[in-house]
Amino acid sequence: MSKIKEAFADGKVFIPFLTAGDPNLEKTAEYIQELEQAGAGLIEIGIPFSDPIAEGPVIQEADLRALAAGTTTDKIFDMVKGVRDKVHVPLVFMTYLNPVFHYGYERFFDRCRDSGLDGIIIPDLPYEERDELLETANKNGIEVISLIAPTSRERIRSIARDAQGFIYLVSSMGVTGMRNEICTDLEGMIREIRAVTDTPVAVGFGIHTPEQAKNIAAMADGVIVGSAIVKLIARYREHAGKDIFAYVRMMKSAIEE
Amino acid sequence: MQKGRFGIHGGQYIPETLMNEIIHLEEQYEYYKNDPQFQAELEDLLKNYAGRPSLLYYAEKMTRDLGGAKIYLKREDLNHTGSHKINNVLGQCLLAKKMGKTRVIAETGAGQHGVATATAAALMGMECEIFMGKEDTERQALNVYRMELLGARVHAVTTGTMTLKDAVNEAMREWAGRVEDTHYVLGSVMGPHPFPTIVRDFQSVISKEAREQILEREGKLPAAVLACVGGGSNAMGMFYEFIPDESVKLIGCEAAGRGVDTLQNAATIANGSLGVFHGMKSYFCQDEYGQIAPVYSISAGLDYPGIGPEHAYLHDSGRAQYVPVTDDEAVDAFEYLARTEGIICAIESAHAVAYARKLAPAMRPDESMIICLSGRGDKDVAAIARYRGVKIYE
Repeated sequence: MSKIKEAFADGKVFIPFLTAGDPNLEKTAEYIQELEQAGAGLIEIGIPFSDPIAEGPVIQEADLRALAAGTTTDKIFDMVKGVRDKVHVPLVFMTYLNPVFHYGYERFFDRCRDSGLDGIIIPDLPYEERDELLETANKNGIEVISLIAPTSRERIRSIARDAQGFIYLVSSMGVTGMRNEICTDLEGMIREIRAVTDTPVAVGFGIHTPEQAKNIAAMADGVIVGSAIVKLIARYREHAGKDIFAYVRMMKSAIEE
Repeated sequence: MQKGRFGIHGGQYIPETLMNEIIHLEEQYEYYKNDPQFQAELEDLLKNYAGRPSLLYYAEKMTRDLGGAKIYLKREDLNHTGSHKINNVLGQCLLAKKMGKTRVIAETGAGQHGVATATAAALMGMECEIFMGKEDTERQALNVYRMELLGARVHAVTTGTMTLKDAVNEAMREWAGRVEDTHYVLGSVMGPHPFPTIVRDFQSVISKEAREQILEREGKLPAAVLACVGGGSNAMGMFYEFIPDESVKLIGCEAAGRGVDTLQNAATIANGSLGVFHGMKSYFCQDEYGQIAPVYSISAGLDYPGIGPEHAYLHDSGRAQYVPVTDDEAVDAFEYLARTEGIICAIESAHAVAYARKLAPAMRPDESMIICLSGRGDKDVAAIARYRGVKIYE
């Protein structure tokens, strides 16, 4: 079993996201440890991109701050390699295709393996185009995580059947960011996914309150939260550790209820 | 070639949320493309609303002045709304309407595509929202008001470099949030498949007419056709029917801003490298880590860090040639055409005129060339005055 799937083996998984290099890479390394100690079961690390078309304003701004602070893909690999033996949960990159493509697939995934990454999420790489890098990623032990959206309909089955690691179920239309209401028929979609695969399903986009997390966890295997954490970092910069810990602890206990 | 690919370029690199919509669009386009009723309606709109066919004008004074090839101007500036953009917009809005959409959104740089989309939406009774970089809303303030007059809502985009690429980002985000009733009228031969093909097909009316017109006038094909290139829609339209005519040189003129060797340009073929962005694999201006570079041109319409995938392919295969033209050269050509032929063209189109001024004297008088005059220049007058340090009161 892959390390990512194993993470889902005992109980609901809380999956936080943060943008690497915001406010700086030393802090990112520290916050990654903070996230694990607070109860994260898997951590998504964003490689910032100049034009993140699937992100709402909170993560867009974090990306631009990180890039302005001089964050590069090479420095992120170094940071991950440094923190890898201090945390035990799977680490997954989230980024856009161009930074990966431009780095060179062979070189990129070789460095992923070397740094101890477990998977990658690329929102602008749909199912039809993933042959682009699937083999190179897998050869290096990196799983390519697929997204399923409220509009996926008849595509759900084929995406789910070939899914690796876990399935990232997009809760809502549009971009990332906190929402007060999630209207998608998640239950129905999860049922369809489960009919064809036992790959775990984690739900993301819009979730920020313990109540939402609890409701989602009743249906899904994991809950993904990005913007709410990135917003804490935007607010408290170098001093966000305590607040991140408290927030993740609260969300984690909500999904365990 | 693979479906939706031009050599290695093209593809569908977009979020899952948009995939079904894009597949649906492709199916619908394939159906209506071959539907005589749809084609008849579109032809009627192009003829009786947009004013097609556009003139192929023999620029006799310019020809005499440059002393080489005979110069013809394909007058897309004379279309309704003042540019070639209307060709694509009428096609896409009609298609959207047939698909049951009630709302259209679009990005715009100079405002020409935004104005065209707002116009078609008004005509067809559709809701319309336009995304435009804040910097562009300032340098093209008149076009913003024009769109509002036509009933569109204009969103000034304040993210990133606040220009065309950011407007595309924002339009894509908006579309991902609302596909049910909304069609994204992409304005250039770019984005995910099937957009590069759809826009090229609707714009190819330019070369279809021009080819017939020049054969009628000259009895033979031109030696070269020229067009400015940002994303590349007027160029693709101007090139398309000439691609099989191997004797015809296809020349795209890129915006070199303050020079290809400066950091301030938008010359994608000269300075870009292979990448994947805005749904397509193609050439992009980017840094060593694949971050999209901020680009610059005096022309808001060419101020884009990428180029359509079919152009990338024409470049790879050597069928078309792409040359950089600076702000200075474009402004000189803008003024030159105004004084020589009495035509104030768009600053975008002036990039093609500028290269023609270099090329024509080196050609024989029995040869001809066609420059696509993609738009008219009223929108640019204030910016040119500023460039020249002239104070005018609008």
